[in-house]
Amino acid sequence: MAKQIRIALRNCGVIDPERIEDYIARDGYMALASVLTDLSPEAVIEILKKSGLRGRGGGGFPAGIKWEITRNVVADQKYVVCNADEGDPGAFMDRSILEGDPHVVLEAMTINGYCTGASRGLIYIRAEYPLAVERLKTAMGQSRSMGLLGENILGTGFNFDIDIRYGAGAFVCGEETALIHSMEGLRGEPTVKPPFPSVEGYLKKPTNVNNVETFANIPIIINKGWKWFSSIGTEKSKGTKVFALAGKINNVGLIEVPMGTTLREVIYEIGGGIQYGKAFKAAQTGGPSGGCLTVKHLDTPIDYDNLIAAGSMMGSGGLIVMDEDDCMVAIAKFYLEFTVEESCGKCSPCRIGNKRLFELLEKITQGNGTMDDIDKLRNLGTVIKETSLCGLGQSSPNPVLSTIDNFPEEYHEHVTGKKCRSKVCKSLMQYLVVADKCIGCTLCARNCPVDAISGERKQVHFIDQSKCIKCGACMDKCKFNAIIIN
Amino acid sequence: MAKLETANALMELREALKEKGAALSQANSPLSTIQVKVTMATCGIASGSKPVFEFMKDELSKRNIPAKVTQVGCMGFCYAEPTIEITIPGKSPVIFGYVNLKKADEIIEHFIRKGEEIEGSIQINYETA
Amino acid sequence: MNMVKLIIDGKHVEVPENTTLLKAAKTVGIDIPTLCYFELKDMNIENRPGGCRVCVVEVRGRRNLAPACNTMVAEGMEVFTHNIRVLNARRTVLELILSDHPAECLTCSKNGNCELQSMAQQLGVREIPYAGEQSKYRKDTSPAIIRDVDKCIMCRRCEMMCNDVQTVGALSAVNRGFMAVVAPAFEMNLEKSTCTYCGQCVSVCPTGALTEVDHSRNVINSLADPAKTVVVQTAPAVRAALGEEFGLEPGTLVTGKMVAALRRLGFDYVFDTDFAADLTIMEEGSELLDRLTRYLKGDKEVKLPILTSCCPGWVNFFEHNFPEMLDIPSTAKSPQQMFGPVAKEYFAKKLGIDRKNMIVVSIMPCLAKKYECQREEFKVNGDPDVNYSLSTRELAHLIKQSNIDFNALPEEDFDNPLGASTGAAVIFGATGGVIEAACRTAYELYTGKKLEKVDFTELRGLENIRHATLDFDGLPINIGIAHGLGNARKLLEDIRAGKSQFHAIEIMACPGGCIGGGGQPYHHGNSEIIKQRSAAIYREDSGKPIRKSHENPFIQELYREFLGKPLGEKSHHLLHTHYFDKSVGDFIEE
Repeated sequence: MAKQIRIALRNCGVIDPERIEDYIARDGYMALASVLTDLSPEAVIEILKKSGLRGRGGGGFPAGIKWEITRNVVADQKYVVCNADEGDPGAFMDRSILEGDPHVVLEAMTINGYCTGASRGLIYIRAEYPLAVERLKTAMGQSRSMGLLGENILGTGFNFDIDIRYGAGAFVCGEETALIHSMEGLRGEPTVKPPFPSVEGYLKKPTNVNNVETFANIPIIINKGWKWFSSIGTEKSKGTKVFALAGKINNVGLIEVPMGTTLREVIYEIGGGIQYGKAFKAAQTGGPSGGCLTVKHLDTPIDYDNLIAAGSMMGSGGLIVMDEDDCMVAIAKFYLEFTVEESCGKCSPCRIGNKRLFELLEKITQGNGTMDDIDKLRNLGTVIKETSLCGLGQSSPNPVLSTIDNFPEEYHEHVTGKKCRSKVCKSLMQYLVVADKCIGCTLCARNCPVDAISGERKQVHFIDQSKCIKCGACMDKCKFNAIIIN
Repeated sequence: MAKLETANALMELREALKEKGAALSQANSPLSTIQVKVTMATCGIASGSKPVFEFMKDELSKRNIPAKVTQVGCMGFCYAEPTIEITIPGKSPVIFGYVNLKKADEIIEHFIRKGEEIEGSIQINYETA
Repeated sequence: MNMVKLIIDGKHVEVPENTTLLKAAKTVGIDIPTLCYFELKDMNIENRPGGCRVCVVEVRGRRNLAPACNTMVAEGMEVFTHNIRVLNARRTVLELILSDHPAECLTCSKNGNCELQSMAQQLGVREIPYAGEQSKYRKDTSPAIIRDVDKCIMCRRCEMMCNDVQTVGALSAVNRGFMAVVAPAFEMNLEKSTCTYCGQCVSVCPTGALTEVDHSRNVINSLADPAKTVVVQTAPAVRAALGEEFGLEPGTLVTGKMVAALRRLGFDYVFDTDFAADLTIMEEGSELLDRLTRYLKGDKEVKLPILTSCCPGWVNFFEHNFPEMLDIPSTAKSPQQMFGPVAKEYFAKKLGIDRKNMIVVSIMPCLAKKYECQREEFKVNGDPDVNYSLSTRELAHLIKQSNIDFNALPEEDFDNPLGASTGAAVIFGATGGVIEAACRTAYELYTGKKLEKVDFTELRGLENIRHATLDFDGLPINIGIAHGLGNARKLLEDIRAGKSQFHAIEIMACPGGCIGGGGQPYHHGNSEIIKQRSAAIYREDSGKPIRKSHENPFIQELYREFLGKPLGEKSHHLLHTHYFDKSVGDFIEE
């Protein structure tokens, strides 16, 4: 039984992305043709609104309403922007779509231009995606030469063209106001909304910003109708969602499931279960902005609202699976390290607060934490969320807060027992020699990079904990399983 | 490609392309030739799909097996890259994972030429809209 | 204008739409604390990046707290500015900012004048629970400004001033996250950047991240050296602001007390830059007339408009940005730099001392003056015409540390001959003043008639760019005035495009002119202070017995005894300068 329905990915793996003929044979540009010849912009927006399509970049804002807002602003120039600044660690949905089906994004952006009254589109894409860029450029050249992009599209008198802008690798530039400033040549940092880009965006003109995956859903909704689309998914989250499945799971890959699919189905049926038969511990959705879902969420249908209720978020679609070997405190620290690095530094809670969260987590994972530190994490995390300027800071404490909520015992163990049950936090570990297994072969001592192991030949060896750097070389070398982690 | 002056011209082109079987979903292949699709997204290329793509093109032609070899985007089986999909006329498409040149050779000789079942196929677990 | 009704802390408020919560709250006496927010009312200067997050408030129905400085009122909104959630969040945000700020208040030059310090005091912060690593940067000292950005709180006021108001573009945010800070491009030294040393960044910095280079220690040493004759000159804008440092109302004129204080500090001669300002008018006014007359005669070589050149920030700006127009500004030196050679080449000789044994100190409302007096072309065999330039603030410190009760001082007069001045010189301190002073003289020299109405009120005010046409006895003279370098840039670009209709343009780098200079007492965003200083300047002018530079008897004497005539050979040598193309940045080599 197929648990997956490929809508956004429908052409990926099917067509040659460098041949426009393949795309056309799969009904490509038919939606654009019917929109330009048969439908008013209002009618198209109505279809989108009825379809229930929500933004796939993470926010989940209804796409039709966004288009309508942009349409209703009176301006001499408007812009359509495709956000392809995919920055979540472990997420590659947008790249796959752009590499596998570039025309769908061009077609959808052109439809968006027709609906909002924009004549120019911009794709903001990471410079680290050279193949996607190359295929986009090829696609743009083809569609221009066939009259599907540029002046007088399909003889209808409608003009629309697209340019590419490159991101320089800043996570925050996925935030739409920061993205716009970056495109303007300014420092990529967000500004307070409102004004929303739909009202005042690129070069102060109304700008409709949608994510790659959102655009990839548009043509087929027009071709197959809103009823078809809205029949898939849950009440408030329609259609499908692409996830980049990663972590301790057997079938790492790109999946597209109907909204409402449970985590259990994703992990065990599509993902093939946890690697090496280990126990599932948590799944992180929403990347560094999201939270973790645990065993108790396995049967929760995945949609925008349920994920928020579970203390996480849909995010752009990264889904990282963790097993019993993952330390949740270390996981929280990993994500914080990322946000500390990627904060633009504009607002104080995000610039300094995330740093302090990271420092507290480091203190805890090094065995120096106190119960007071856990309270500090919680309080500080809450303040950062509610006072930060943009979505980055408003969500960056989520990994900490949700791991504290879901795995309080792991935090407590680190603090009071100075113990990391997953044996990840090195400062809390001790490599010890098991006396009755050690035969005194000296192999461990010879391989220790810091000379922490002493012992005579054929005598039980001893590890000096003050010298040990916990590299694990001794354990790897020992042929008698005589070295254990305490 | 010539410029399309009207929406009708686009539709006519689509029909013509469909008849020629320019690009096909797995289910509705009217082609009489064998189709080979090699995933050539960044992930596939990084795992070595480029030589596999060249190998399939060159070897099928050298071995006189009429086939259409195309590059495609991501099929979603990242864990098993490089992946290739083979559609033999009249049969359901089959996807193979972890394809290196040795595997590619086995696919040509055993799966395509001799029609034998071979190991390493991946269950297709999705519908395509 | 549509009015919006809302409730703030239980109070009903009605304000025009597009009003921020911050301003709406103010109308009902609720003062929401702010840190990054900055406004100079009526001068089109506003900074609200929404970055510090100290002004957050709760808006009913919103998930997160909202920055009051950046949230517009909406009908029916219900806002809480000091409930427990808001107070906790605000305090935590401030504690975070303090956790990344060096706790060296006692030795910080902004001690007592720091907005972060006041905020910590206001919110009653007694400890910093989130102590951790502090960001560290290289300290950067330029001829005029010190950047000690360990103390930067990323309020971005300086950036706004440097980019939006001044269009200098020397400062902007660099780096990301915890290491984000405001700096010149590539974190190069300010000296290598296009900085004009206008000092507006310093005047708006809430902390001690940007301060002036302090030369008061050098001055103290000079005063203590019996071999030196130490002469001081005071710029017109200083007397209108110095009193603020001693608790006097903004706009209090303290000319006499300032003179008395300088005498008690030990200066041998207390002179006035105003004298040199009168001299500037003689030279610059003559140059204007010369160019105008030749222009009217059809001389195609002559360039108009003529631009004033007494503002060193402005000189730096056009040297950086308009190198192809270096022949347009007047060649007249600034009053500070005219004073120097007059003191060292004329007055020193009168006293019979070597110029090397005379130390000239200037008291300026300005930081660019510190750089100006260090320029090579203003030195003779390595001896600067003006040795040290102190800001108004530094003078105040000097007075305070010398145990002088400023407010109890008697009013005293400047020494002669370089202390006598006219009303025309005093108004150099306010935007429009230089050109007004020049016109008072130029009118009489050009028409040969007596100017009855001395006040050209049409040239005064605080609008960004002003223009007026004066009647020189039938000849219409078009005058343009800009204060703030961004406004200057607009006039300059018009000239470059051949669209300028002006005969003469006055430009001052600082908003408001010298009274709003980078070396003045901190106004903390209160534009009323700048207006009061301006009013004081014009009050001083109207109270002066002589109000036209060419009528200054000591100026007349100087020309008789020493200089000969305006634009004469000696003037040319001592009182005029030339400009340099500084457009080619050499920062790459760093």
